[in-house]
Amino acid sequence: MSESVSFIEVVDLGKDYAGGDGAVPAIRKMDFTVEDGEFVAIMGPSGSGKSTLLSVLGGLNRPTRGRVLVDTLDVYALSGEQRADFRSEYLGFIFQSFQLIPYLTVLENVKIPMAVTGIGETFQHRRAMAVLDRVGLADKVRRLPDQLSGGEQERVAIARAVVNGPPVLLADEPTGNLDSATTAQIMTLLGELNREGQTILMVTHNPEVGAFAKRILQVRDGYCVFDS
Amino acid sequence: MRLYNIALNNLRRRKGRVVFTVLGLVLGIAAIVALLSITESMSRDIEERLNQFGANIVMVPKTERLSLSYGGITVGGVEVETEEFDESRLPRIREIKNRENLGVIAPKVLGSLEVEGRPALLMGVDYKAEFALKSWWQWDGKLPETSGDILLGSEAARAFRKNVGDTLPLGEEKTPYTVTAVLHPTGTSEDHVIVGDLHEAQRILNKPGKISLVEVAAFCRGCPIGEMVLQIAGKFPEAKVNALKQVMMSRMQSVEMIRTFGYGVAVLVLFVGSLTVFITMMGSVKERTREIGIFRAIGFRQGHIMQIVLLESLLVGFLGGLLGYLLGSGAAWASVPLVIQEGRFAGMNPALGGISLLLGVTLSLLASFYPAWRAGTLDPSEALRSL
Repeated sequence: MSESVSFIEVVDLGKDYAGGDGAVPAIRKMDFTVEDGEFVAIMGPSGSGKSTLLSVLGGLNRPTRGRVLVDTLDVYALSGEQRADFRSEYLGFIFQSFQLIPYLTVLENVKIPMAVTGIGETFQHRRAMAVLDRVGLADKVRRLPDQLSGGEQERVAIARAVVNGPPVLLADEPTGNLDSATTAQIMTLLGELNREGQTILMVTHNPEVGAFAKRILQVRDGYCVFDS
Repeated sequence: MRLYNIALNNLRRRKGRVVFTVLGLVLGIAAIVALLSITESMSRDIEERLNQFGANIVMVPKTERLSLSYGGITVGGVEVETEEFDESRLPRIREIKNRENLGVIAPKVLGSLEVEGRPALLMGVDYKAEFALKSWWQWDGKLPETSGDILLGSEAARAFRKNVGDTLPLGEEKTPYTVTAVLHPTGTSEDHVIVGDLHEAQRILNKPGKISLVEVAAFCRGCPIGEMVLQIAGKFPEAKVNALKQVMMSRMQSVEMIRTFGYGVAVLVLFVGSLTVFITMMGSVKERTREIGIFRAIGFRQGHIMQIVLLESLLVGFLGGLLGYLLGSGAAWASVPLVIQEGRFAGMNPALGGISLLLGVTLSLLASFYPAWRAGTLDPSEALRSL
């Protein structure tokens, strides 16, 4: 994992979507900071703006107002291609429903983030094998995603998110499609990663999942209404 | 893992779509290859047939006199005395640089004589060469073989009231020669002549070892007729050598017409093929919106996404070009005998293979450029909304 110090600052953030009757606010106003090594659960009901917040934090969705600073870098002051490099270097994404590439094997899926980093093939292999070993899938590296269980697919998604050693992990409902036993396993794994220093921001609507985080940000109607 | 691994694996594991995409190109390129190969075979066939259609170079003695004949009508009642070459010099024609392109060489001796009280034109020919050259001749009877046989033009036969099997006395000794064949009307001056053996005619006309005219058929596929004329003229300074431009022009015209038609159809088919690639690639990009969103979130630049799509299209184009070339050549090989009577497939053309590959790749890349650009510039947040 990277040794770099991560620090996220969200300042006066707002995001409107264009709707039939004019702008529809998804995030009205949010201000918060996340320290390096934190495990933050962003919780709230459907339509509260939590997924929009995650995509804005991930440099994927330009806010209408305000700024997002990561490691003192103003994310939206960067050009589109610079933001792509920023994501490659700073962020690891864990999507809802795993989102593995179906035509690539487990090993290949984990190697994807390294395809644009210029890392040599041998080193890529060693690194991918190390993280797959870490998530307990070293023996299933040649399988295709549809040959794995839901929990295993989620672990591949986590391995892919951390393989480049990003300072920040962004997870969107990482256990949304898993049973409670597997959910517990996955959350334990994320907890372990956090204890090793990984900063994690996780969107969830499930209080049991949120309980694994050290800090909870409650969002509602586009506002951050509670910060534990 | 490199970008090409992603492109390659996508193609490898989505065989159905690849087959469909490649098929559009394969059909387009196969149609082109087949059309061009058939056109090539056709043009060769036409050239060969046209070459069999008579001489394209004529060699006559140089003369200061103007011809007083036009369209078979000789005016002024002038008896034209022809000038001649020595027959012994004829083999020199085979010494020219482009001798490989020389086909039939048909020497003739011409002279007038009185036959049964009326003037007639006797043409002495080398039977074998003459009949090879005049493949359009049709006749009744049997072609003359020996020096005692003659052939009559239709008008000559009518004038002398002779039929196959009759004899006609020729020369001062009035030696009877057997009419073994009578030509069907040709509409040319050949209708009026008595055709006999070259050496026998030289004897009858008292022109031993003399040649009045040489017709040459050059078997040409783009061979320089003009240059060959100069080469022959160089060997025969006493001769006037002419290329029959009309024959050449009509040959070139027929071949060009067929070729233009081939290209026209080919362009049309290729356009449809490219359209198929474009539509399939657009569909593929749309279908892969989610995937593109993931790649973009992971940190792929727009250029990386475009590279993946274009790499896939490059492989599709290469495959389409290769298979199209093989299929097109096969189709041409199978259909040439059906399209051209007694025609032969001109053979696999490696240059056409190279062009097919280049065409496949270029068209595929061109057709995929917009889809690739669309994929690259897809808004990641829009793409991820479909997650």
